[in-house]
Amino acid sequence: MTLVRRFVRSRAAAVGLGVVTVALAMVALAPIVAPMDPLDQDVTARLLGPLVASDRGLHLLGTDALGRDIASRIVHGARVSVLVGVASVAVAGTIGVLLGLASGYAGGRWDAGIMRVADVQLALPFLVLALALVAAVGPSLPNLIAVLGITGWVLYARVVRSETLSLREREFVTAARAVGATGVRTVLRHILPNVTSAIIVVATLQVARMILFEASLSFLGVGVPPPTPTWGGMISDGRAYISVAWWVSTLPGLALFLTVLGVTLVGDRLRDVLDPRVRDL
Amino acid sequence: MWGVSVIAFALTHLSGDPAALLLPPSATLEDIELFRRAHGLDRPLPLQYVEFLGRAVQGDFGRSIRHGVPALPLVLERLPATIELAAAALLIAVAVSLPLGILAAVRRGSALDQASLVLSLVGQAFPVFFLGIVLIILFAEDLRWLPASGRGTPAHLVLPAVALSAFSIAIVTRLLRASLLDVLSSDFIRTARGKGLAERVLLLRHALKNAALPVVTVIGLQTGALLGGAVITEEVFAYPGMGRLAIQAIANRDFAVVQAFVVLMAVVITGVNLLVDLLYVWLDPRVRIER
Repeated sequence: MTLVRRFVRSRAAAVGLGVVTVALAMVALAPIVAPMDPLDQDVTARLLGPLVASDRGLHLLGTDALGRDIASRIVHGARVSVLVGVASVAVAGTIGVLLGLASGYAGGRWDAGIMRVADVQLALPFLVLALALVAAVGPSLPNLIAVLGITGWVLYARVVRSETLSLREREFVTAARAVGATGVRTVLRHILPNVTSAIIVVATLQVARMILFEASLSFLGVGVPPPTPTWGGMISDGRAYISVAWWVSTLPGLALFLTVLGVTLVGDRLRDVLDPRVRDL
Repeated sequence: MWGVSVIAFALTHLSGDPAALLLPPSATLEDIELFRRAHGLDRPLPLQYVEFLGRAVQGDFGRSIRHGVPALPLVLERLPATIELAAAALLIAVAVSLPLGILAAVRRGSALDQASLVLSLVGQAFPVFFLGIVLIILFAEDLRWLPASGRGTPAHLVLPAVALSAFSIAIVTRLLRASLLDVLSSDFIRTARGKGLAERVLLLRHALKNAALPVVTVIGLQTGALLGGAVITEEVFAYPGMGRLAIQAIANRDFAVVQAFVVLMAVVITGVNLLVDLLYVWLDPRVRIER
């Protein structure tokens, strides 16, 4: 309870939480909240401005080049963004935490091997690696989650490893070993609970990053393939019309910006409350 | 570097049979068999990898199936444009975040500090491609001050470089502020202040020098992020760099070009990291003793 109260004491964090709640509501209730079918085309009602009506009703945020309702597409696009963000963080977090624990606790050859692989990945910009991998396996929703998950593990592994290294030397770990706990049990029962707050902080901030990366890949045409509405794809589609219809690109961009900002604010506050030692990542 | 070569090699094989991928669907079974033999695809994978590595170290990644010329020179030709863009963005990032970070740390809690905080939050959340589009709408479409696409004059470089620098400005400002605050509260600064040094001398001679290390590290890391971000920026501004070439190559399934791009990218970034390490030794003599 005190944690929650400390969390909302920051106004920025409260705003962030509000934005995140709205985004999650859009995800859960997309078919109900969305005023129209996001795939429904109508060439007679193409590139209508915000608040212009067609015979299908009022287009709150206008229509795109195929006459699809932008408000409805933004609501449905939130599903892809949030799903990819959360799922890829879950994949990356699981791999990274396990490898980080192994690396930090076992040390020696394990540590050297795992950290070597991490270094190889860091020799390439995250986006370039993800881009090349998605290009190779083909763009689809599961592939995107897998690629972002597999390329994103390094950060967790590093944080967990350095925490584990210092925890390993503490008395309670030695005590657990002394009364006969196995290595796996020691790691899972005694070390893991002590690194969870750091993991939660990193994971929250990474959700924001992953949402950005998903949008970037969709923008470049190697994300979730059309006709599924994605924010990155919508921004890309609207580029051809920016001189005549500014809203097609900018409104989904605004949705993306606000969501990422909201998640970042929540993550920043979580860091202050849970684990101030985790620095800018 | 060796690890990166494995990734580059794996790229073509991850997608299944390269022969099936590169040949038109109308190819007969004999055609596929012939193609495999001609490209050595019928031999075991480790052997193929050794051959790939042997050619790669000589700079031979094969021919671009789209352009019909060797892949590496094709990518190399675009490298200067990309470096120009990334360097311009880095310059802007340093020019903005250095004074901003210092002022924010020195006048902690002031309106300027608050503004820098908001700026760094916004900069981190604003995707580069969206910022690019907003800049095009404002400065190219509306005001018609600057060109929206292409390359050639310095004016062409302004919008893409500004768009690309935003994220780095956010990160570096925040970090510089944090590490300066750390240093400013340390004992030796209090000593220096105690012996009556002027605030300006204190800040420039003692504090900044000690806050520089983490910042140099991050700027080194930012180079990777900038080169990665350049891929998107080039696409937005139709800027003829190697990122745009790679995106087109991916769309055309032109894997020789993608491989050359990935390896070249790793070479450049490894080179930059080496430079950063050398800079470290120069900035902090302690690093020399530790080695």
